[in-house]
Amino acid sequence: MSPRSSTRSLTRALPRVLPLTPAVILLLLFLAGPIAYCAYIAFTDLQLTGQAEDSFIGFENFRTAFGDEAFLNAVWLTLVFTVISALLGQNTLGLALAALMQRASKPIRTLVGGIVVTAWVLPEVVAGFLLYAFFRREGTLNAILDWFHLPTQNWLYTLPILAVSFANVWRGTAFSMLVYSAALNEIPKEITEAAEVDGAGGWRRMWHITLPMIRRSIGTNLMLITLQTLSVFGLIWVMTRGGPGGKSQTLPLFMYEEAFQKSMIGYGTAVALLLLVVGSLFSVLYLRLLRTEV
Amino acid sequence: MPPRTQGARVTRTPASRRTVRHRLAADAGLLVVAAAFVLPLAWVVLSSLDPRADLRVKLPDGLTLDNFDAVLTPDITFTPLLNSLLLCGGGTTLTVACAALAAYPLSRFRSRLNRPFLLTILFATSLPITAIMVPVYALFVQVNLIDTMQGTIFFFTASQLPFAIWLMKNFMDGVPKELEEAAWTDGASSFQSLVRIVLPLMGPGVAVVTVFSFVMMWGNFFVPFMLLLTPDQMPAAVSINEFFGNRGTVVYGQLAAFSVIYSTPVILLYVGVARRLGGGFALGGAVKG
Repeated sequence: MSPRSSTRSLTRALPRVLPLTPAVILLLLFLAGPIAYCAYIAFTDLQLTGQAEDSFIGFENFRTAFGDEAFLNAVWLTLVFTVISALLGQNTLGLALAALMQRASKPIRTLVGGIVVTAWVLPEVVAGFLLYAFFRREGTLNAILDWFHLPTQNWLYTLPILAVSFANVWRGTAFSMLVYSAALNEIPKEITEAAEVDGAGGWRRMWHITLPMIRRSIGTNLMLITLQTLSVFGLIWVMTRGGPGGKSQTLPLFMYEEAFQKSMIGYGTAVALLLLVVGSLFSVLYLRLLRTEV
Repeated sequence: MPPRTQGARVTRTPASRRTVRHRLAADAGLLVVAAAFVLPLAWVVLSSLDPRADLRVKLPDGLTLDNFDAVLTPDITFTPLLNSLLLCGGGTTLTVACAALAAYPLSRFRSRLNRPFLLTILFATSLPITAIMVPVYALFVQVNLIDTMQGTIFFFTASQLPFAIWLMKNFMDGVPKELEEAAWTDGASSFQSLVRIVLPLMGPGVAVVTVFSFVMMWGNFFVPFMLLLTPDQMPAAVSINEFFGNRGTVVYGQLAAFSVIYSTPVILLYVGVARRLGGGFALGGAVKG
């Protein structure tokens, strides 16, 4: 290659590569770096204090984890939290709201949409405080139950995982609602009308026409809300701190407690790595879903 | 009246009556759900104005601004909000600048590397950031970035960049290439055409990316909670917890007033963007890819 043509290819390549560099450098240093570091210290016994050198201990952290009652409890609670709040709660309620909004009158639609989206836009900690107040013994929920002469209880103490799950439904439903509203708007009017003329009732139309037509949005939505729910920390931290007695301690809270309150950074990171691996699997699934869509 | 019209009216009435009935049923259903959603929101607004607020929704015992007066001090409100503004403003500026630059070649030039790069970006958008906070903390301790504003800003930027690049690239694809080609023949560099032509044309898109990044950072609790240690540097997301969560007796009216102050900016920003884009937020569509 003559020097001239190589300068030319350089001047051609430069505007293509140069603009990417700031973003790529930041992503490598602050995102890829920590992930790689995560994969490394998960196999060490790094501690927060009082240790000169950390040493490589192989799969010891993972072996500890799977024999650790508290870890298994956290896995189970994460599963419960994800299924109740994301798959059942946010997803179903979001779809129901989007479907109702298709038929509702405009002022009601705007009002309800505004309320649900406000819950979503609020900072996580504020949402946590609001729901804490709602579920406390002296809170609004018990006041309502009392009014109907139903038994009341201290929800954050007796059923903390249920309380934080409902809190996550309250906070996250808007996302599913927006995704499904967009999907439902894309269904051609003629199709639903034709089905209506053929005498298909509301539920049958939903089951046989609407749901199959938006199945890709359903897949994408389930994937994304699962990922969001897996990484919820602040909401639960504010409401219960994972307590009482670990009864609402999902994996992120468990990870935090092991790493900082018990100073076992290595062990905490091993848990983080497991969370990251589960997240990556979902992420890859999400990419595959998108690819079939494009 | 001619009989034909009457016949037409007879066939139309049941159908339209059914539509009305359906609409009323849908309205009622929505209102029931909204009532459940509005209770916690009502609590925070009413309590912030209530001189004797407690934990349940009730009409205030008289309206007062004392709660706001009590929290509007440098310690409780101004310093944390200023810190939030610095963190989120810095992070958002850096995010939008880097994302706009990165989106340009991805949107404008065909390259074999585009697809793998975009797939990696998309993969990164859905990684649980919470999971890497422990190693980020350990890493920041080693490189002396722990407890620094700039370190936190850099991490905020990196965590927000994948989604910002993805959104920005999609918005940029909507700007026709012909306009730039004219500028190129006039001798403009690609940087000039990005700044002078492409970005102004995709104003609403840039606004969405900016607002979205800012709102995400403003509400984020875990990142500053982990990476900042000095109380003076804490943003509102963390300080609210320190002030009200760790004290023995909580003055609920003040907590509510502070929550209102802290939440208002993001709600206003969201409303601004949503209105500009005509009601429906483009995010639903953007996330779908």
